[in-house]
Amino acid sequence: MIGIIASIIDGLLVGAVYGLAAMGLTLIWGVMNVINLTHGAMIVLGMFALYFLASALGLPPYGAVPVTIAVGFVFGVLVYWIAVHRVIGRAHLMSLLSTFAMNMVLVGLGTALFSTSPYNVPVPLPGVTWEGYTFTGTHIMAAILALVIAGLLYLLLYKTRIGKAIRAVADNRDAAELNGIPTTQVLSFAFGLGAALACVSGTLIATLFPFTVLSGGAYELKSFVVTVLGGLGNPAGALLGGVALGLVEGITTPFMPVSWIPIIEFILFIAALLLFPRGILAFSRA
Amino acid sequence: MTIKKLVLIAATALLTVSPALAADDTLTIGFTVSRTGKLNNDSTAQMRGFELWRDELNDRGGIKVGGRQYKVNFVSYDDESVNARVQQLYTRIINQDKAQFLFSPYSSGLVATAAIVSEQYGRIMLTTGAAEEKTYKLGNKNLFQVYSSADLYLAGAIAAVKELNPKSQVALVYKDDPFSKAVLQSARKQAGEAGLRTVLDEAYSPETTDFGPVINKIISAKADVLLGGGHYPDGATLARQIYDHKAGLKWVTLLVAPDSPNFATLGDAAVGVTVPSQWEPQVSFKPDFGPTAADFAQRFHAKYGIEPGYHAAGGYTAGLILQRAIEQAGSPEQAKVAAVLNSMDVTTMFGRTKFSTDPKEHGLQTGHEMVIAQWQKKGGALFKEVIWPKTAKTSDIIY
Repeated sequence: MIGIIASIIDGLLVGAVYGLAAMGLTLIWGVMNVINLTHGAMIVLGMFALYFLASALGLPPYGAVPVTIAVGFVFGVLVYWIAVHRVIGRAHLMSLLSTFAMNMVLVGLGTALFSTSPYNVPVPLPGVTWEGYTFTGTHIMAAILALVIAGLLYLLLYKTRIGKAIRAVADNRDAAELNGIPTTQVLSFAFGLGAALACVSGTLIATLFPFTVLSGGAYELKSFVVTVLGGLGNPAGALLGGVALGLVEGITTPFMPVSWIPIIEFILFIAALLLFPRGILAFSRA
Repeated sequence: MTIKKLVLIAATALLTVSPALAADDTLTIGFTVSRTGKLNNDSTAQMRGFELWRDELNDRGGIKVGGRQYKVNFVSYDDESVNARVQQLYTRIINQDKAQFLFSPYSSGLVATAAIVSEQYGRIMLTTGAAEEKTYKLGNKNLFQVYSSADLYLAGAIAAVKELNPKSQVALVYKDDPFSKAVLQSARKQAGEAGLRTVLDEAYSPETTDFGPVINKIISAKADVLLGGGHYPDGATLARQIYDHKAGLKWVTLLVAPDSPNFATLGDAAVGVTVPSQWEPQVSFKPDFGPTAADFAQRFHAKYGIEPGYHAAGGYTAGLILQRAIEQAGSPEQAKVAAVLNSMDVTTMFGRTKFSTDPKEHGLQTGHEMVIAQWQKKGGALFKEVIWPKTAKTSDIIY
């Protein structure tokens, strides 16, 4: 019984990070109808950013978080102008291909620079031990930071002018343009924001597990599942979806071989798509 | 002068010079390396072993055979740690690059694929980094295994654990791939025969990065011994997370990963972790030919700046064995070299090498024995010490 509770708590902690990773994806999807296939590469960027800041420059690992948010944002804006700007509003397939191609470029560059060797950032943080099970300090810290960042995002979206502009553009781009909102700049800002979220989630993940240039793929896949679970374009939904996914993982793990977990996750994914096509939290976009 | 005359003169010059150039024969050896992908870490080590052998050999003038000298030329490609590429590339290596001999890729899974191609074309392949026995039991004629096979990997660990505490509760947690599964299949049997209780038996997907769930299961099962792992990335992660989760294990044996010098980057998480090893720099075999282990380790370190693990040693030894076979055969012809390899029973820095000639398991390595190494902290720094068998040990076991 205790084992199950421990497993659930672990799942919830990791789920918060999954949620953060998915928030970037869902924001971009919701605001500009673009499925950002560079999402995985952004996550990896965050991982490597942590590695270089912590190992090469000796910054404390969690001190790197604001830096990666900034780096991710700049990077996202760049990607927007290179790959996304001209294909917005066109057929879905075009933005898909465009971001896919950009992803290949980024991963290829990364492989050429860093090969696919695993990198590791040791983060010495004492954990919390309870009844023989330890919840690592890094997991707890990552979950807390994920929630904090999600809270900050909420404040940005609902309490600032730029947040209002983003929501307006997500709702109806033409109407927003007619109201004097510089939609192109807002879109690039939103993309940068989405990338920043992906990036910082990568940084947090890197404090938990070793990573390689190719690690982004698995988390991108989880992000898709979470995004659909939580409803497209709904960052709060993404966070909850992430936690829900973590919960599912936590509950099922003690009862079956670990390799079955992805199967259960994707069965639930399909079920969610069939039963709640607009996401479990069926809010409308923004 | 007209262009035509110039060309004529150049051609004549070339023709007269070329017999002199042709006196430097080359032997082409082909193989793939996992320059990218999950097997990158271990495969690179193996490749460095090959390259060190080739460079030292060519510096000495090459293989001296039948009055001629053959320099060794490598043809190698990136197999991306993927079977499909191995199949395409070995076909290319044999047909287009006309390699005369082959080395295997790294890892049993990829070697199984390469073996299909090499056997199809009847080329000799020295396999290194390939412990799964199934590959050799499918009826081959030209495979020669340098490593000890998978079923021996955990035998030493099980024997050691039995001696330390015959009431140990054993958790078997391993990667879902041909090599690890083969090793653990034998380990399961051996643990049962040793009277140890197996409390958990689980395979994890090769893509796993979060071992938290599995480690919680290990804790729930109240295991005090862990045997398993896979290759470098998952093994290193598992070790790190076991340490973070304070899993309370008294004995941990992970396959492959702890043998790499990079494992030391785990810091305190590496202390006490053991690994079944094909070879360690401290072994003291007296070689019939080639360098001693200490010599090899020193030259490898001088060239690459790190200590060699057994993957590099295996690569180097594959070169040594092939070289010896060609020299003794007196010619680079496949049939003659194969005959020598089949009758070979030699000792190199790697240990004893003898190939099985039973057609049901041709090429299986029957002479080589494995050791167990453990990471220990001495004076604040991490070292890999040999702890088993007792006859070869350089340090005591930490339990």
